[in-house]
Amino acid sequence: MSAEAAPGVVAIVLVTVATLGIGAYGLRLSRTTSDFLVASRTVHPRLNASAIGGEYLSAASFLGVAGLLLVSGADMLWYPIGWTAGFLVLLTLVAAPLRRSGAYTLPDFAEARLGSRRVRGACVLLVVVIGWLYLLPQFQGAGLTLAAAVGAPTWVGPLVVGSIVLVNVTAGGMRSITFVQAFQYWLKLTALLVPAAVLAVVWLGDGRPTGGPIAGDLPDLVSWSRPLAEGDGQGLYVTYSVIVATFLGTMGLPHVVVRFYTNPDGRAARRTTLTVLLLLSAFYLVPPVYGALGRVYAGDLARGGSGADTVVLELPRLMLGGTGGELLTGLVVAGAFAAFLSTSSGLSVAVAGVLTQDVVGRGRLDGVRAFRLSAVVAVGVPCATALVGPDVGVARTVGLAFAVAASTFCPLLLLGIWWRGLTPAGALAGLGVGGLGSFVSAVLALGTDVGGRAAGGWVRLLLEQPAAWSVPLALATMVLVSRATADSVPAHAGRFLVRLHAPEAVVRP
Amino acid sequence: MPVMWRRTRLGSEADRATYRTLHQASLAAPALRAGLGRTSAERAAKHLRTLLGTPALVLTDAVEVLAWDGAGGHHAEQAMALATEALRDGATRVVARAELPCAASGCPVRAGAVVPLVVDERLVGTLQAYAPTPTAGRARAAEEVAGWVSGQLDLAELDASRTRLMAAEVRALRAQISPHFVYNSLGAIASFVRTDPDRARELLLEFADFTRYSFRRHGEFTTLAEELRSVERYLLLEQARFGDRLRVTLSIAPEVLPVAVPFLCLQPLVENAVRHGLESAEGGGHIRIVARDRGPDCLIEVEDDGVGEDPDRVRRALAGEAAHRSEGEDDAEGHRSVGLGNVDGRLRAVYGDDYGLVVETAPGAGTKVIVTVPKFAPGVHA
Repeated sequence: MSAEAAPGVVAIVLVTVATLGIGAYGLRLSRTTSDFLVASRTVHPRLNASAIGGEYLSAASFLGVAGLLLVSGADMLWYPIGWTAGFLVLLTLVAAPLRRSGAYTLPDFAEARLGSRRVRGACVLLVVVIGWLYLLPQFQGAGLTLAAAVGAPTWVGPLVVGSIVLVNVTAGGMRSITFVQAFQYWLKLTALLVPAAVLAVVWLGDGRPTGGPIAGDLPDLVSWSRPLAEGDGQGLYVTYSVIVATFLGTMGLPHVVVRFYTNPDGRAARRTTLTVLLLLSAFYLVPPVYGALGRVYAGDLARGGSGADTVVLELPRLMLGGTGGELLTGLVVAGAFAAFLSTSSGLSVAVAGVLTQDVVGRGRLDGVRAFRLSAVVAVGVPCATALVGPDVGVARTVGLAFAVAASTFCPLLLLGIWWRGLTPAGALAGLGVGGLGSFVSAVLALGTDVGGRAAGGWVRLLLEQPAAWSVPLALATMVLVSRATADSVPAHAGRFLVRLHAPEAVVRP
Repeated sequence: MPVMWRRTRLGSEADRATYRTLHQASLAAPALRAGLGRTSAERAAKHLRTLLGTPALVLTDAVEVLAWDGAGGHHAEQAMALATEALRDGATRVVARAELPCAASGCPVRAGAVVPLVVDERLVGTLQAYAPTPTAGRARAAEEVAGWVSGQLDLAELDASRTRLMAAEVRALRAQISPHFVYNSLGAIASFVRTDPDRARELLLEFADFTRYSFRRHGEFTTLAEELRSVERYLLLEQARFGDRLRVTLSIAPEVLPVAVPFLCLQPLVENAVRHGLESAEGGGHIRIVARDRGPDCLIEVEDDGVGEDPDRVRRALAGEAAHRSEGEDDAEGHRSVGLGNVDGRLRAVYGDDYGLVVETAPGAGTKVIVTVPKFAPGVHA
């Protein structure tokens, strides 16, 4: 380990200690009954929103967005826009009814709405698949971060983050504790915003260079910053596919949905979502700064491959150097590490939760041991895949997780909440078509991607960005099969929808 | 030897017939266990018709046709008339061709058997099987199936009465909370009226809120936050009476406050803890209430450092033997056991046997009662 590694190591240790420390105080303590009202007050929407932001802003947001922008230009702004706008769809169509349904996980919602164990089983499978697709890039990102910041080999990152997450989750330390996750959001924002401000000042001091054309094949900063530079049909398709996947995928992310349970009622769920929108909007303003500065100062990283993902980590050192650079590097490393920890903990808890309930818990193990075993499986599988699997870029794998979520849970939630004609058979068919379609394409696209992009063409594009066709297909399947099996509409559908859409004060006087 | 293997796997023709029959019966059972209603009858009739192998199967109650599975629905009025007759006589009625005039050609409802369904020695409805030709075998089979259906409906009745019993016990709990507590609280409040009128007023308001919550009539479930708020009022009133002798510590994870829990599931446990805690020898007791988030479950612990209890007695109380308490046990003792057994029974009835109370205690070692509640269970919402 060189002297260069020191700020990174210090940052990582500090984040871990702070996370565990706040986790230990996560229980609200009160010694006398006069504090009781404080203790029995539910989580405020603002705090819960920070927690959702902390859990949601993953490595893909912290590192991946800047990397994508650096390589592919302003077109890629659709990713952060979509990841934020997903909460707008959640706010208007899903948040309050989902909370009123009383469901804790997505399989719970399916069971409560359709009364079918089989649909529940399909949802459990999908939660695990989406969770793992989302966890995989977190661990890969951890490898990159530790390699860039500390100079460790890339296999160290997945192991370190995997072990910390596993210890946390099994020991019950930071499990879904609101304060820890809220802290992580503000840590991430600070860790990205402060260095960005300093670097922007440096850029101004340097006389606002635009870098010029770095090499023959790369456009200069001005044309780079122009959205939809390649206005052909394929570019348009990719844009729409990204929009569909990110706008509609957010509501199907298992770790986001379980956080809504913390809200006391539907109204609080809406207010929480609105605040999340504001928090995310603020956060996503920053990564483009890194993308643009990277274009000027770190042209080498722009040549594609996973190196681009390290632009956030490398930039302070490249632009500033000296102690200032080291300090800022420490700060961004801390933020990146917080991103891995919070998102992977949230996901692991969500995946382990459904595994305990529906797979492991069916056996003879008692509650705690069943949960621990599930947690080992939930963390172990993606961690091992990250160690041996190909590296395909953080933001892209996350994009595929979104595509699968949008093709499965989005139709289920939208139709389940807004259409009383949904039947178990219809839901099952739609989940199957959407899930298989998007997942198989995702795996095919990832599998043929090793060692740089294969030849282009529409087939490859359709596989790589399945959302634009798989979401409508799943929706149509769900509607048509439900229509065909209209006699098996659950008897309680009407009553259930009333409960979802009427304010609590009306239903529960 | 593939032939041998297949034979041992599937069994002989008779084995398979038995299996098919039992399987059909087991498919009809869940619907019937919901009692005799239109929905349950419709669900069950389908399987019962397959079981009997008739073209038409009808289930009626004493007033109307509940389900007509198969062909010949236009005979409904005649079927109801036959049902009324069978219910009046209380015996199986074999229906001949002449009694079922029919204009439709090829209608398979030409003969049949009408068998009354008996639940708890009351005639509640009929099962009717129709076919193109009358046979003695079919009438006997219909009788047997009706007997089996009656048995399932009996079980449904049992389930229903168990639920009614639970509801009655909740009502009893509401009534039971009061006597000692009401006059002790009022006494404590009275003692403050002159010395500290403001506090007396506050306590009186708390008392009003507490009783309003405890006596509310609607809803089987409430949120953990509301239940804790009621516990808080209870503890405030007890503290007014006992002062520093009663110390309380709470650690509540805010994430679990919206969890739906059975109404009054903590109140009896806290009451026990207060009584136990204050029975300890040296000046007063310490009560700890903890609520934790454990993934898909919520964990609530109520702990006191009091005299503890004999584990065997707790086991008996949880097994529901509290009602037959031995001579010499005082009333409070019996009441306590009823509270514990009732909470345990209700938790098991709602969430299944994995979610019963866990009690850790020994004489002199204090008592810790652990309640586990899933964050989501089908049909449970506050």
